[in-house]
Amino acid sequence: MARGERIQIAHPGWCKNCGICVSVCPTDILITGKKSVEILDLEKCIGCHNCELICPDFVLKVVANDEN
Amino acid sequence: MMKTKIFRPEKRAVLIQGDQAVVEGALAAGVEFFAGYPITPASEIAEGFARELPKIGGKFLQMEDEIAGMAAVVGASLAGKKAITATSGPGFALKQENLGFATMVEAPVVVVNVQRVGPSTGLPTSPSQGDVMQARWGRNGDQEIIALAPASVTESYELTIKAVNLSEKFRQPVVLMLDEVIGHLREKIYLSTSDEIEIIDRKRPAADQDPDQYLPYQLTDDLIPPMADYGSGLKYHTSGLFHDQSGFPDGKNETAKLMQDRLHNKLHNNLDQIILYQKDIRKDDRVAVLSYGSAARTAISAVNTGRKDNLKAGWFKLQTIWPFAEKEVAELAAQVETIIVPELNQGQLIREVKRAAAGQAKVLGINSYAGELIKPEEIRALLEEVL
Amino acid sequence: MDFEKYLRMDKLPHIWCPGCGHGTILNSFIRAFAESDFDQDKTVVISGIGCSGRATGYLNFDTLHTTHGRAIAFATGVKMANPELNVIVMTGDGDGSAIGGNHLIHAARRNIDLTVILFNNQIYGMTGGQFSPMTPTGDLASTAPYGNIDQNFNLAELVAGAGGTFIARGATFDPRQLKKLYLAALKHKGFSFVESLSQCPVSYGRQNKAGDAVEMLKKQEEDTINFKKWQQLSTEEKKLKYPLGILKELDNPESEYTVRYQKIIEQVNNEGAL
Repeated sequence: MARGERIQIAHPGWCKNCGICVSVCPTDILITGKKSVEILDLEKCIGCHNCELICPDFVLKVVANDEN
Repeated sequence: MMKTKIFRPEKRAVLIQGDQAVVEGALAAGVEFFAGYPITPASEIAEGFARELPKIGGKFLQMEDEIAGMAAVVGASLAGKKAITATSGPGFALKQENLGFATMVEAPVVVVNVQRVGPSTGLPTSPSQGDVMQARWGRNGDQEIIALAPASVTESYELTIKAVNLSEKFRQPVVLMLDEVIGHLREKIYLSTSDEIEIIDRKRPAADQDPDQYLPYQLTDDLIPPMADYGSGLKYHTSGLFHDQSGFPDGKNETAKLMQDRLHNKLHNNLDQIILYQKDIRKDDRVAVLSYGSAARTAISAVNTGRKDNLKAGWFKLQTIWPFAEKEVAELAAQVETIIVPELNQGQLIREVKRAAAGQAKVLGINSYAGELIKPEEIRALLEEVL
Repeated sequence: MDFEKYLRMDKLPHIWCPGCGHGTILNSFIRAFAESDFDQDKTVVISGIGCSGRATGYLNFDTLHTTHGRAIAFATGVKMANPELNVIVMTGDGDGSAIGGNHLIHAARRNIDLTVILFNNQIYGMTGGQFSPMTPTGDLASTAPYGNIDQNFNLAELVAGAGGTFIARGATFDPRQLKKLYLAALKHKGFSFVESLSQCPVSYGRQNKAGDAVEMLKKQEEDTINFKKWQQLSTEEKKLKYPLGILKELDNPESEYTVRYQKIIEQVNNEGAL
């Protein structure tokens, strides 16, 4: 996990709010929102890619900090 | 990849079976792929391809079943090869779903059906024309099909070439309807030299086609979209669902209508190129014997001997049975008093003849459906009765 | 790495239900493909009918969405016609092991170079939750309202027994392993098969009170074990767990079908007509 990388909700419109990403986040920064996933505290993201790799809907993307 | 050799350039006479003539015709037309499953009386076709295809760098596949054989030829066609499969009635039944798929995705393929007596396992080594309607309506949904019926070994050769060409030209599966007699009959035929044969290759997109602009089911003026080989970089989608010009499924009724109409019209706008027949009808002929396939051999022989005895009869042989030669048969019905339709079934194509004749001529059938050929005397007897 | 070039972005979001594991399989697949050295333009992905069948519509390759159960048979034709193409099949448990079971075992027997990814959600999802050959005995399905009395296949063993030379099983709870298995399967020269356990929270989950996708993934993790660890278990213990990982790998490119056919072509042309 590269330092300086964090999660981005790249395609919020594709999210079906299934909650899988929330369950695999080691720092508990994701929550299911009203319509789609939301980030509670981006600062705590360690860029582990867990959510990005398991997301069935291609919603999440780990990007360099300066892209967020 | 091995370079494909031109198949047997020299013209030569051979004594071969109809089944073997199909192999020769297909190779002459540029077929490089066969997949199928053994079945009487079509197995000689598979055996011929198994022997010949490796010689030209082509591929032969004996599949696990008839369904897989049909699927594999459609796959090969999409990969850019001219492909053919062969079967008989029970296997033809199993191929229907993927034949419909080929129609839907517009994959040029040829399906040979060497007919035997059905239903079911029936009489595996006896001739029949019982699959005429199966060829026309065997699949779910409305759709067109091209079906050709050779009446001799020479025609098996020539119509196989024609079948491959029509499939390529119209992006359309073509069925070649032999029957057991034609499949197993041995006759002397002349194999053409390659420069005597007209060979048609499917229309492909231009080499510099922009992948982002490629529409695999483009609505072109001739209604036949250019077809890209898989692997040519255009990355397109093919589906048995109704699709729009992009190839992607589109459940809209108007999209389905547009596609249904295009699939119909791409053939019906070109019937003059598709409908093949031969005839010998004289001005004063009062009866015409209309037939196809092995029944045509008997019909022509009965007419020719009858004419020696001054019977006013002529013959009309359909080489294309689907789409049905509606216009030609209507004209025939206007010309003669009676049309006799001998068939090796309980009366299938005669329904179309009656429909096209529309009461202008009397239409009578002669039917043999238990594995025996119709005898010339049977046709002669009916000729004398009506004349 | 740019994964998005392997997706048809304009076709997303996909039609699969919330929490369906099939998207995770696609997600893992495109990452594996990105790590392979395969040419995107020379790759054909072929699917059949059912939920898994829709996968091809979202993938940016030459793609073929065929009839029910026949994807492998179409793929065999594509691969034989042009062995330079990489041919990948995406099928489901109903599509691949019921109606298409014959093609699966025969392609394995031929050892033709196809990569088959079987999405196993243990149910017919698209048609509304009927039992498949992979639905465990005793489970509920819309066509097994009193419990499924059929025995389910051990599909990986079946395909291995049929002669497939690369057999693996992965699960959507572990997408890192899934990606590795797909990459290994893509690279394998011969018939490769990856049974991919996927959760269906709607058509399977609701009937069997399996909970939501998150709960189903937890159960998936509990029910599975690494293949090497599984091998250490007693015969009785082995029955209770699905082993995950590469279950069989025979590296013999010469035994691959199109390679063997090419040898026939060369033999015939060197020796002249038979």
